[in-house]
Amino acid sequence: MRELIRAAFVIGRRDFAATVFSKAFLLFLLGPLFPVLMGVLFGAIGGRVAAAAEQPMVAVVADTRDYEALTGARERLAEAFAGAPLVRLRRIQPEPDAERQRAALLAPGGPAVLGVLDGGLGRPRYTGSIQPGADTAAQLRLIIEEARRSQASDAQRGAPLELSIAARSTGAMASHRALTAQAGQMILFLLTILLAGMLLSQLIEEKSSKVIEVLAAAVPIDSIFLGKLMAMLLMSLIGIVVWTGAGAAAIGLWSDRGVGGIAPPAVGWPAFLALCFLYFAMSYLLLGSVFLAIGAQASTVREVQTLSMPVTMAQVVIFALAATAIGSPDSPAALAAAAFPLSSPYVMIARAAELPQLWPHATALAWQLAWVLLILRIGAGLFRRSVLNSGPRRSFWKRRGA
Amino acid sequence: MQRDLPAVEATALVKDFGETRAVDGISLVVPTGAIYGVLGPNGAGKTTTLRMLLGIIDPSSGSRRLLGRERPIEAAHEVGYLPEERGLYPAMTAREAIAFMGALRGLPIADGRRRADGLLAAHGLGDWARKPIRTLSKGMAQTVQLLGTLVHKPRLIVLDEPFSGLDAINQARLEALIRGEAAAGATILFSTHVIAHAERLCERIAIIAGGRLAFEGLVDEARSRLRPVVRLRTRASDGPWRAAIPPAARLDAGEYVFALPEGGPEPLLKALIDGGAGIETLAIERPGLHDAFVAIAGEAAAAAMGQGQAS
Repeated sequence: MRELIRAAFVIGRRDFAATVFSKAFLLFLLGPLFPVLMGVLFGAIGGRVAAAAEQPMVAVVADTRDYEALTGARERLAEAFAGAPLVRLRRIQPEPDAERQRAALLAPGGPAVLGVLDGGLGRPRYTGSIQPGADTAAQLRLIIEEARRSQASDAQRGAPLELSIAARSTGAMASHRALTAQAGQMILFLLTILLAGMLLSQLIEEKSSKVIEVLAAAVPIDSIFLGKLMAMLLMSLIGIVVWTGAGAAAIGLWSDRGVGGIAPPAVGWPAFLALCFLYFAMSYLLLGSVFLAIGAQASTVREVQTLSMPVTMAQVVIFALAATAIGSPDSPAALAAAAFPLSSPYVMIARAAELPQLWPHATALAWQLAWVLLILRIGAGLFRRSVLNSGPRRSFWKRRGA
Repeated sequence: MQRDLPAVEATALVKDFGETRAVDGISLVVPTGAIYGVLGPNGAGKTTTLRMLLGIIDPSSGSRRLLGRERPIEAAHEVGYLPEERGLYPAMTAREAIAFMGALRGLPIADGRRRADGLLAAHGLGDWARKPIRTLSKGMAQTVQLLGTLVHKPRLIVLDEPFSGLDAINQARLEALIRGEAAAGATILFSTHVIAHAERLCERIAIIAGGRLAFEGLVDEARSRLRPVVRLRTRASDGPWRAAIPPAARLDAGEYVFALPEGGPEPLLKALIDGGAGIETLAIERPGLHDAFVAIAGEAAAAAMGQGQAS
């Protein structure tokens, strides 16, 4: 066992150094940041476009009192329906000839307004066009009614709504936590699918440069597999630290509520983040060991490329299986997906978001680790038997020795 | 391991690749401290035998012991192996490649780097220590791999066709290196299809042909399987002395060439002198390993070896 780990360390150290101290690794680190960068760029452009295409303006020909009542009403409605596009208002000082003023405002060359609202709050009248997709008339109607209500006496308005704010309701919390679970699962899946696929081609270098015979003669095949897996996991974690840092910075910069907008997971943030790390490691090791075992059978890059499609599809199926667990972590389907080793990390991270117990995670991690070792063992055995030993096809290993 | 235990023992090793039997019941014993050669033409099963001995592949049947261990991988720290198909990571520097090969066999990486510097300098590659393998010539890369095979000071050195791809000067250097390692106490097991190397270096050999062991033992034993060869040139073309020449003798450029008769040289000489042959030249030669190989493995195998040498 000690020799197995020592040899795995030697293999892993070589692989890690060869990968991390290469120019390609810089590209590996920067690659996933490109979409973020593009998002920022397009966001800025979109923001400018949105600013240019702001909500239409309605000219309000009214005295100051009525106009203030209207703008106050508009602000209250905008607050109540956050994000809903509301018409903007612009006050125009009333002139003696209202009809002529209205015509002048709507004439070409006049101010860029959608229509004219005149007649004050007593006899409001709107003349102009209606913005497609947003019912300008309905909005104006609501604003006017709210403005009138604000001018009415307290007795006419009736008692205001009495608010008694409680902690989040169970229903709301469950729904928010389901979102956290989904987000956790999605991140775990994306990172695994992005990173574990690299393990398919991990033994190609050794085969093509014929180093594999030097390795196979010196150390157990299990060590080669374990070392490669660990080196790639470490490399992936470096990438994740960089990307997470960049992502957190981006969220902090561009989101009003930052990461605080996500509902806290049931186990709490510190435990959830620790479990995210552990379950990523496990999902990487589990899928990685399967990929390594499959990829080890391939002799050429072409074979690896051919293998990558069915392998990716299999991952998607596993993810779909895991997604059934969200919202009902104790259902038979969820428990079955938690027991199936390849979907287990995804299911368990969702569970951590939804249920507070920690002991199932200890059990799941032990279960997943056992499977990692088992798959590695099977993969190494398969490699020894099918690639090193016999068969008519496999390049120099399988040909009859001189 | 005790000195009297053999470094390598193989008993009835068989290896099947699908329907093909690559190795068929090979048994051999490599004494500790010996230089042991495995001879045979290309495709005879030498590499497969070495791979089985080292535990890279498992035999279909039979058993092997390497430095006293049933599982060869357990002896890996004390073994150095140069495969026939040389392989190094192209992006690694020469120094790192040697240190890495040592680390695989249990040598701490820092010691490996230090030893690598010394070894490279001693073999005239000091200036290349920090250059990537891909920038080295084939011969240089081969030397680097050989140094990586020896860096951890193994007790057993297994070299698969170590001379192939080397020029005459480097072949001579490698022979000297093998002798040096053996003198320092290491056991050397190497395969070759070039009889001359085995003849110069080995005390014991195994001759493999068609996956089977044709001979295993001392080089002298192999040679002694053949009678000494007589080369005779006479002034007289005919006479009663002709009765002393065996019927199987052949005439080669005016010389009779034949195996020394069982009775030895004296009766032959007497018959030649008494019969008035008029001996012009007479040579009694000990047969070479090549002749022994032909006698043991057959003309076809010898011809295959010849082709291997030519290529």
